[in-house]
Amino acid sequence: MSCNSSVNLSFSFLMFLFADGAVAEIEKKIIEAFEVFDHECNKTVDVREIGSIVRSLGCFPTEAELHELLAKVEEEEPTGHIHLEKFLPVMTKVVLDRRYRPIPEDVLLHAFEALDEHKCGYITKEELVKYLTKEGEPFTQEEMEDMLSTALDPETNSVHYRDYISMMIVDET
Amino acid sequence: MGSGSSVNANYKYSLQKSENAFKAAVLIQQWYRRYVARLEMRRRCTWRIFQSIEYACEQDQIKLHNFFSYLMDHFTPSSSKERDFISRMFISGESFKEAELEKYCDYESLEVPDSYTGPHLSFPLLPDHATALLEAFKHKQQLHARYLLNLLHETRKHLKQLPNISHVSTCYSEEITVCGDLHGQLDDLFLIFYKNGLPSPSKSYVFNGDFVDRGKQSLEILIVLFTFLLIYPKEVHLNRGNHEDHMVNLRYGFTKEVMQKYKVHGKKILKMIQNVFCWLPLATLIDQKVLIIHGGISDTTDLDMLEKIQRNKFVSVLRGKKRKESNRNVEIQELNGESKVEADPAGNEADPSFSLQPRPAQAPSVANRLEFSKWVRQTVQEQIEWCRQLVDISESEPEELTYSSVVSLTDLDEPCWTRQDEWKQILDILWSDPIPQEGCRVNTVRGGGCYFGPDVTGKILEKHNLQFLIRSHECKQEGYEFCHNRKVLTIFSASNYYEIGSNRGAYVKLGPDLIPHFVQYQANKMAHTLTMTQRISRVEESAFRALREKLFAHTSALIRAFKAYDKDNTGRITLSNWATAVESVLHLGLPWRMLRPQLVRSTEDGMLEYKSWLDDLAMEQRSQEHIQSSLLEVIYRNRSNLETIFRIIDRDHSGLISSEEFHQTWKLFSSHMNIELTDDGINDLVRSIDFNKDGNIDFNEFLEAFRLVKQSQ
Repeated sequence: MSCNSSVNLSFSFLMFLFADGAVAEIEKKIIEAFEVFDHECNKTVDVREIGSIVRSLGCFPTEAELHELLAKVEEEEPTGHIHLEKFLPVMTKVVLDRRYRPIPEDVLLHAFEALDEHKCGYITKEELVKYLTKEGEPFTQEEMEDMLSTALDPETNSVHYRDYISMMIVDET
Repeated sequence: MGSGSSVNANYKYSLQKSENAFKAAVLIQQWYRRYVARLEMRRRCTWRIFQSIEYACEQDQIKLHNFFSYLMDHFTPSSSKERDFISRMFISGESFKEAELEKYCDYESLEVPDSYTGPHLSFPLLPDHATALLEAFKHKQQLHARYLLNLLHETRKHLKQLPNISHVSTCYSEEITVCGDLHGQLDDLFLIFYKNGLPSPSKSYVFNGDFVDRGKQSLEILIVLFTFLLIYPKEVHLNRGNHEDHMVNLRYGFTKEVMQKYKVHGKKILKMIQNVFCWLPLATLIDQKVLIIHGGISDTTDLDMLEKIQRNKFVSVLRGKKRKESNRNVEIQELNGESKVEADPAGNEADPSFSLQPRPAQAPSVANRLEFSKWVRQTVQEQIEWCRQLVDISESEPEELTYSSVVSLTDLDEPCWTRQDEWKQILDILWSDPIPQEGCRVNTVRGGGCYFGPDVTGKILEKHNLQFLIRSHECKQEGYEFCHNRKVLTIFSASNYYEIGSNRGAYVKLGPDLIPHFVQYQANKMAHTLTMTQRISRVEESAFRALREKLFAHTSALIRAFKAYDKDNTGRITLSNWATAVESVLHLGLPWRMLRPQLVRSTEDGMLEYKSWLDDLAMEQRSQEHIQSSLLEVIYRNRSNLETIFRIIDRDHSGLISSEEFHQTWKLFSSHMNIELTDDGINDLVRSIDFNKDGNIDFNEFLEAFRLVKQSQ
């Protein structure tokens, strides 16, 4: 058997396992999330909103992963809009495959600690800005300012990341 | 090996370190972006909740009409008292001739005591009066009834001279500022004046309707606007909105505000305001190119017709319906409002936008019911006759010039349309909403006006050689929004409309180039200091509170729906079925699966124990445990209709109705709503909530006692 068909087989096996109910429910949720951003009620959304939709469905893709996904759902001639009929099957598979898993709290903590050179429990504003706007998948100025507005302790001009993480985790449902 | 290896090690170490830093940064960014996306979703869902609840409320107007129809068909009064009661619901009010209005709403006999510290007005008004008023209102002072009534009289005199469509030119003023809905939010008006400057010979303003209702300072807004209107008549222009209508005011708070602030003269003031509202112009045209109306348009909108209508005939745009009994050919006129002051008697307008509503089932032919219906009709007819006599119109005058009867006329000045056409023109202008899809259909959500698509916009703009439309009527998150390919602009000037932080307000400035420039604002200091997260949380909390109340109000229907999915009576259903069931009962079109985490706290293996969930919802309401819960549910579900009915009955606007009338209202309502409510049940209600005042019931207090969502402002 060729590689392809064995992949196909396992996929259909999965589909079989997840009988009608579960998949239908996942699809309904995806459609709901999609429609929240569908302003013209014509089953399309602006391509720039796809990130919000994917992320609010419990996924944590990086920007690179998001671009990969977009490539699969865009039209041949990119119009700036994504159609539900293309998005739905792709997103359903993403959810079923449990791709782009959430980042556990402790991993996040390690990430902050990695940037905290002297391990003092906080990162100065300058350092944080430097890392997050120059490294990784850089923040825009707006994103940076927004994070700082909640994270920054104005008295010390630094981010006490343990406190920050606890606060943000609580906010999530 | 010596320094080489330590250099290597150093190099490896720093390479690893920067790799780590890179990875760490990616993780943090990844996680943060997800957080922001979640917030964005929550924000949009919150917005959807508020909008769906707001518009669902307006459907209550339809229910009210159904209620009245039901009464006509079904109710058998058991006593003459009951008959009187019913008739009073249908026939509310006397009509006034002009001179009588002046006499009734006379202000000259009102003395202003020396102890009065508020502003004094004298006519003609001067700019100093305006500044004095603004200062006074900033200090929470109240204008004396005498000056208020005087102002209203002068305003009415002025408005009567104006055409239906105000024509404004940018040649003389540099820029024209257009403001949208204010809804009694005086702070927003102050903010607009602060940022943009007061009206003056070099600063023109157009205020696009909905000055009153919902907010708590509707009167102050009216006073300020009318004052500037009289001081700068060439520069200040007002359009009528759908809330400049006493029938709407009964429901949405303005009537209550006036009566609370002016206990002695409130009724007169309301009467005058009613007669000022009907004289407000319907539209404004800038440079013959930009049309400003409050609601929108329809495919039948005709500016030429609009110019010629006698706009003051339409005191309330939400009029009653004309019904033809199928087998009797008798017309019933339902008077839902006070008659007009001027020429014509109360409306006979037929009701195209209500024609989609299903008629209540035909009453079984029980002799006394028909007798009663006939009696009601007769009484109503008599009342109309009496009204007509007061205004000197004989019955023989034809109510409408139908098209066929006019076709033969050669005099082209005669209007060749019906009263019904005129009414539809105004209804559409004041109540319509734009939608993305093409076409034009009845606006069933609001119960009036149309939903109009981009094709309708294109057609009307072309027909009248216009560039674009400016309208208001709908709250927008950023205070303004374009649609229909930038041919329709919605401008909304009431910030924090649903809740602190819910939305910005905006105004738009147009110069001779007619290119719009926007200024946005938010009239609450607190809104600025909150972070985005806090703002969204706060508004979200408010939205969900309102949504939970709605859910509670439909407890019985929800149980029925849930049981349908729980045939084995386990008491549990899947979350998927929960979502479907809830939508089937509430019809709000909300993304229930996205909202679920906020509404359903605990689940087991993806299943919900629905009974205990509903009990939790019930516990949130104020402590009315001693009231039978199904009754409570009905009250919540119908609170706004009940309020409106109470206000109609309370003709002298005192806020009190007799115990007898209270009972009557309840009995009627409960029979219509198909719930069991004994006299004892009503007595329990009365007793438990101590709002009895000398045998009269303060229905404001009664309604307050059943208010779940706390008043935040």
